[in-house]
Amino acid sequence: MKALVSVKRAVDYNVRIQVKPDGSGVVTEGVKHSMNPFDEIAMEEAVRLREKGKLTEIVAITVGGAKNEETLRSALAFGADRAIHIKEEGEIQPLTAAKALAAAFKKEGAQLFICGKQAIDDDANQTGQMVASLLDLPQATFASKVEVDGNKAVVTREVDAGLETLEVDLPAVITADLRLNEPRYLKLPDIMKAKKKPIDVQGFSALGVTPGAGLKTTKTSAPPKRSKGVVVKTVDELVAALKGKGLI
Amino acid sequence: MQIERDVMEYDVVIVGAGPAGLSAACRLKQRAAEVGKEISVCLVEKGSEIGAHILSGAVFEPRALTELFPDWKDKGAPLNVPVVGDDVYFFLSESSAFKMPNLFVPATMHNEGNYIVSLGNLCRWLGQQAEALGVEIYPGFAAQEVLIDDQNIVRGIQVGDMGISHDGTPREGDFTPGMELRAKYTLFAEGCRGHLGKRLIDRYNLAAEADPQHYAIGLKEIWTIDPAKHRPGLVVHGAGWPLDNANPGGSFLYHFENNQVLVGLIVDLSYSNPHLSPFDEFQRFKHHPVIKQYLEGGTRVSYGARAICKGGFNSLPKMIFPGGALIGCDLGTMNFAKIKGSHTAMKSGMIAAEAAAEALFAGSEGGTALEAFPTKFKESWLWQELYESRNFGVWLHKFGAIIGGGINYIEQNWFNGKAPWTVHDLKPDHLTLKKASEAPKIAYPKPDGKLSFDKLSSVFISSTNHAEDQPVHLKLTDPSIPIAKNLPLYDEPAQRYCPAGVYEVVGEGADKRFQINAQNCVHCKTCDIKDPAQNITWVAPEGSGGPNYANM
Repeated sequence: MKALVSVKRAVDYNVRIQVKPDGSGVVTEGVKHSMNPFDEIAMEEAVRLREKGKLTEIVAITVGGAKNEETLRSALAFGADRAIHIKEEGEIQPLTAAKALAAAFKKEGAQLFICGKQAIDDDANQTGQMVASLLDLPQATFASKVEVDGNKAVVTREVDAGLETLEVDLPAVITADLRLNEPRYLKLPDIMKAKKKPIDVQGFSALGVTPGAGLKTTKTSAPPKRSKGVVVKTVDELVAALKGKGLI
Repeated sequence: MQIERDVMEYDVVIVGAGPAGLSAACRLKQRAAEVGKEISVCLVEKGSEIGAHILSGAVFEPRALTELFPDWKDKGAPLNVPVVGDDVYFFLSESSAFKMPNLFVPATMHNEGNYIVSLGNLCRWLGQQAEALGVEIYPGFAAQEVLIDDQNIVRGIQVGDMGISHDGTPREGDFTPGMELRAKYTLFAEGCRGHLGKRLIDRYNLAAEADPQHYAIGLKEIWTIDPAKHRPGLVVHGAGWPLDNANPGGSFLYHFENNQVLVGLIVDLSYSNPHLSPFDEFQRFKHHPVIKQYLEGGTRVSYGARAICKGGFNSLPKMIFPGGALIGCDLGTMNFAKIKGSHTAMKSGMIAAEAAAEALFAGSEGGTALEAFPTKFKESWLWQELYESRNFGVWLHKFGAIIGGGINYIEQNWFNGKAPWTVHDLKPDHLTLKKASEAPKIAYPKPDGKLSFDKLSSVFISSTNHAEDQPVHLKLTDPSIPIAKNLPLYDEPAQRYCPAGVYEVVGEGADKRFQINAQNCVHCKTCDIKDPAQNITWVAPEGSGGPNYANM
């Protein structure tokens, strides 16, 4: 059974995000990027499924410019058998990326599409869902446990009320939540080997995808600064302060 | 415990992706291509990516870069802001300053032909060039041990283990043993006070004939300022307030690109007042009218700190040992009179690379001392340059900025650096502190949150991170010294010289204890240098840990 794991290059989680002075976006130049942490969890899950004998092949895939190659190299070091780079420079809209991923999934004839529940750059939380809709496949999002059994997968989902367990027919789309697993350390020998593995480079045209421009970013701004807290001495003072602000 | 380690063999292994290590890597590959031979080169870097741990002013002299890549402009090297003017100030007090007439500025402080750069970004670019030339670069992996065989020959390095819990035991399922990277020749380019370089200097007695190394800590911030006040290419250097002759140093403010200025304070680690806090000196320095005029209304973008070696020529240790060499600031090649070390670091790396390439082409199986390195070094402009500046730091230490600076002016502008005398400074920086009781206390103003800030909010914008649950990478040889000796004698200066709030004395009375917040560490190495008891040893934490500097 083959899985397609989508990995995205995002500004590293340690980097303090800065908004460009003109509000046109966030600063990404000279800033460390790495694989979206939720996609690392997706990669790790795929590798574990293969280790359990549930998968026979893991194909990592990314959509984006030349620099995304390093993200695919990380995926290969994680244990992906091969990688597909849908190489397109410039801004790529979420639906366009989902269409490209869906087309690649079809072309590969894979049974599982796994990705992070969202990317930490714009937290959109939609790629997995859109891929499932485009392919008319069952989806199990926010997975915290995945068990593959024959033509079905049993997925435990993190939902607001607690946990929900779904059984989905394969092929299906699964998106990884934080508690699904803890990704392993990449080993230096694996990184060395990953450098030498070939990457299959494709473009939108080969997949029959026409880039769309449905979304327009009008402005990016930093969240408002938190004002300084006030220390209150008694519960009465706290109640009075909350009342004073009209909060209770 | 016997650990099975993977092993890879290379012709040359380089430790550290700074200007020295990257230039050496590029030069090795260039030489190999020139003669049509193969040299395999592997470079490890403890930062999470190239540039993550690089911090410098920086005004950059392109001499070495032009030798390495004559077409650096076409290749897109990030040298975008030529220096257009040099202002040198002597700060007399917190509100007054004297601008030095251009005539009296020492020749070494003129910056025509130089560029204001982000050294981090220059290293990122050098990394791309190196990879294009075929160098294997592995960021996120720290060299933890030197491999030395029973013949006392350096045979490479061992990368740090990953997945060890804070008590030193391997974490179940996580433990990943570090690989052995063996090499015919190993070049150490860790920067100032490299933890392996320090051990090598000790083991091979490399500093036997040199003066003690001298150090400074540089603190830097990047600010985005009002475009109306921004003058791209303007270089402002200063001496004097808030420091003084007993606690010397200097300051800089460079007008960079994108409406950003780079502001910093460099404090000599020969300072004598244990109450001094380099961080707080830097914060109050920004309130000086000369600096405030630019920063006011701006936003602080980034913060960081790093120690530098400034002993120069007189403090240069022997640079080779069987199987390898020290290069760059690991060796101590900074030209303090120019307050520049990037071009000299690059040149030292290039010379070492040429020596290693020559040996390999001659069929060497490695393990020998690269005698050609010091020979070529002496024939180069690097040696000449360091020789001419050899007295600068010493004069400043002995006579302070005005008189010492004056003597330097005479040496540099009248004698062209060729004065027939050499002066020495033989007191190591960890022995210069006065007793806390004999030194004046310093009342630092509270940060205003606009121009000046506290330590923790500063460390926050250095994007520093260390994986949780790992051993403390700041080792105390004798854990009792901080409280039993350093506290009564010097009011434990680590609390103040650390620019990242790593060291704290907490508790009261008999419950006082020394706390090490290792996760804050920005890898500046100041503690390893300045601790009066030489009781703190900095070792590399788990790879990728430390700051994540952008554009520094």
